[in-house]
Amino acid sequence: QWATIRIQKGVKKPQPQMLKTPTANGIIERDETPMEKEIARLHRVDFEFSDIFYFCRKGFEAIVEDEVTQRFSSEELVSWNLLTRTNVNFHYISLRLTVVWVIGVIVRYCFLLPLRFTLAAIGITSMIVGTTMVGQLPNGSVKNYLSEVVHLTCSRILVRALSGTIRYHNKENKPQKGGICVANHTSPIDAIILTNDGCYAMVGQVHGGLMGVIQRATVKACPHVWFERSEIKDRHLVTKRLREHVMDKSKLPILIFPEGTCINNTSVMMFKKGSFEIGGTIYPVAIKYDPQFGDAFWNSSKYNIVSYLLRIMTSWAIVCNVWYMPPMVRKEGEDAVQFANRVKSAIARQGGLTELPWDGGLKRAKVKDTFKEEQQKNYSKMLVQNGSIG
Amino acid sequence: MGRRRGRGSPGGTPAAQSDAGLRRDAERSLEMTLVNPNMNKLFRFGQSCKGRRVIRFSHSQITRLYSRFTSLDKGENGTLSREDFQRIPELAINPLGDRIINAFFPEGEDQVNFRGFMRTLAHFRPIEDNEKSKDQNGPEPLNSRSNKLHFAFRLYDLDKDDKISRDELLQVLRMMVGVNISDEQLGSIADRTIQEADQDGDSAISFAEFVKVLEKVDVEQKMSIRFLH
Repeated sequence: QWATIRIQKGVKKPQPQMLKTPTANGIIERDETPMEKEIARLHRVDFEFSDIFYFCRKGFEAIVEDEVTQRFSSEELVSWNLLTRTNVNFHYISLRLTVVWVIGVIVRYCFLLPLRFTLAAIGITSMIVGTTMVGQLPNGSVKNYLSEVVHLTCSRILVRALSGTIRYHNKENKPQKGGICVANHTSPIDAIILTNDGCYAMVGQVHGGLMGVIQRATVKACPHVWFERSEIKDRHLVTKRLREHVMDKSKLPILIFPEGTCINNTSVMMFKKGSFEIGGTIYPVAIKYDPQFGDAFWNSSKYNIVSYLLRIMTSWAIVCNVWYMPPMVRKEGEDAVQFANRVKSAIARQGGLTELPWDGGLKRAKVKDTFKEEQQKNYSKMLVQNGSIG
Repeated sequence: MGRRRGRGSPGGTPAAQSDAGLRRDAERSLEMTLVNPNMNKLFRFGQSCKGRRVIRFSHSQITRLYSRFTSLDKGENGTLSREDFQRIPELAINPLGDRIINAFFPEGEDQVNFRGFMRTLAHFRPIEDNEKSKDQNGPEPLNSRSNKLHFAFRLYDLDKDDKISRDELLQVLRMMVGVNISDEQLGSIADRTIQEADQDGDSAISFAEFVKVLEKVDVEQKMSIRFLH
């Protein structure tokens, strides 16, 4: 169908570029020797002036390149994909490439964009209308069936609207009713990509505007869990509602993004333990976008949702891989944090993403002092060990 | 794969380069103009610095650092403030984080521009072998062993009187250990350290004494950041 043809054309386009800026895996060589070895003593004294070199260098390494802040901006590409927005390190090369690029712009803006926009409009309206109509029916299996149909159709239309090509792997592990589906979060589109293949109960904040209309409409047809902003703060309330939902085995699996915020799809950050305390079976899902065709990451501090959607619709396509993974349950003696980390590692490994222990909330918030205190504690231990002071 | 990058001023002669990557670039078979006007200034900056032989980053390193600088600069006004640095989590948890950040800002100022940013970072360039035998008539490069030591000295010496007093040493120690060691213990550590290093008996460490204490330490290796390209 036409979307696939578009994508194949796109595949040919990135070939004629000549400049490859090696992004490598980083700018600098990071030295990972632990503090103890680095501050090895020349003689048996407790403190030396050279001790500060370790902290100094770590500090400067962090200034030049750190693991965390780079996750909150779009991934850099190894080779240019003819979108100006990924033009960070690439320079003007030749006339021929510029001509190709101009053609690309015309195709994207004048041809693809109106097409996609129309499709999206159709999709959203039909979702609202469809779910409202289904919502009028009394509760029962007919209603559930119809609501599934409506949801699936509409999200398929929406995915086409974004020219999405999604490949699902391991469909036998698809989330079952009464379970919780967790996935890494890159953009609001994640939800549509997952609902393309199955129906989920969504969890999220109540928004105003168009989103709010959609939310109100869909909740009539299908038991999504939409929270008021104030309620999110009350964690027990949230957990309680989710637990009720999970207990009911006939209810659709809940879709949760435990990172809490959009990360740029190169890594998986800390999973908030709240979703893992509820109990029930966890179905991990790994989502990995191919950055060559379009950058799906939503940098919410830089772009609002409308300009984000515009960027998505003027990219070549959204190509992604979705891996369904075998379900996981909390083991005996494992607490929520360890369980969350276990699931996180599994998702990171499957999707080929780096795993980071940092909290996604660092996008906006300051880092907690406890980490600094940990470093200070380690250093003090060394001082006390090495010196004559016991 | 060959990296093709243009020079800011096509007529300028490239100063002697020490990086292998730049020797490859010296082919310059493609004429290129740079799209980003800021880049033009960058390369001219790099060249003029090379002329003075004080800061010596390669072109690709300058580009990298510039995009890092702009990504840290949330206010997009071409300068970084202390808050911009604090936003880096790995730096914020570093016990000496505040001192390091202060090193970027010249006396009494709250903003650092890209030039100052590079200047401070230049202290951490590794010392290349063929630099060591260059003629020393020009000003000493910022990443020489002596300048690296001077940089470290300034981290201790807050009031810039060219001496590390007992109080200043105590301050740094307190930053590094947090609340885990008592005042008395810390005091005796500081006293012992000064006693060992102090040669002229003034209970403070001058730069010369500092250098002497660290003569066996591989400063070049410990205070250098290697770029991957």
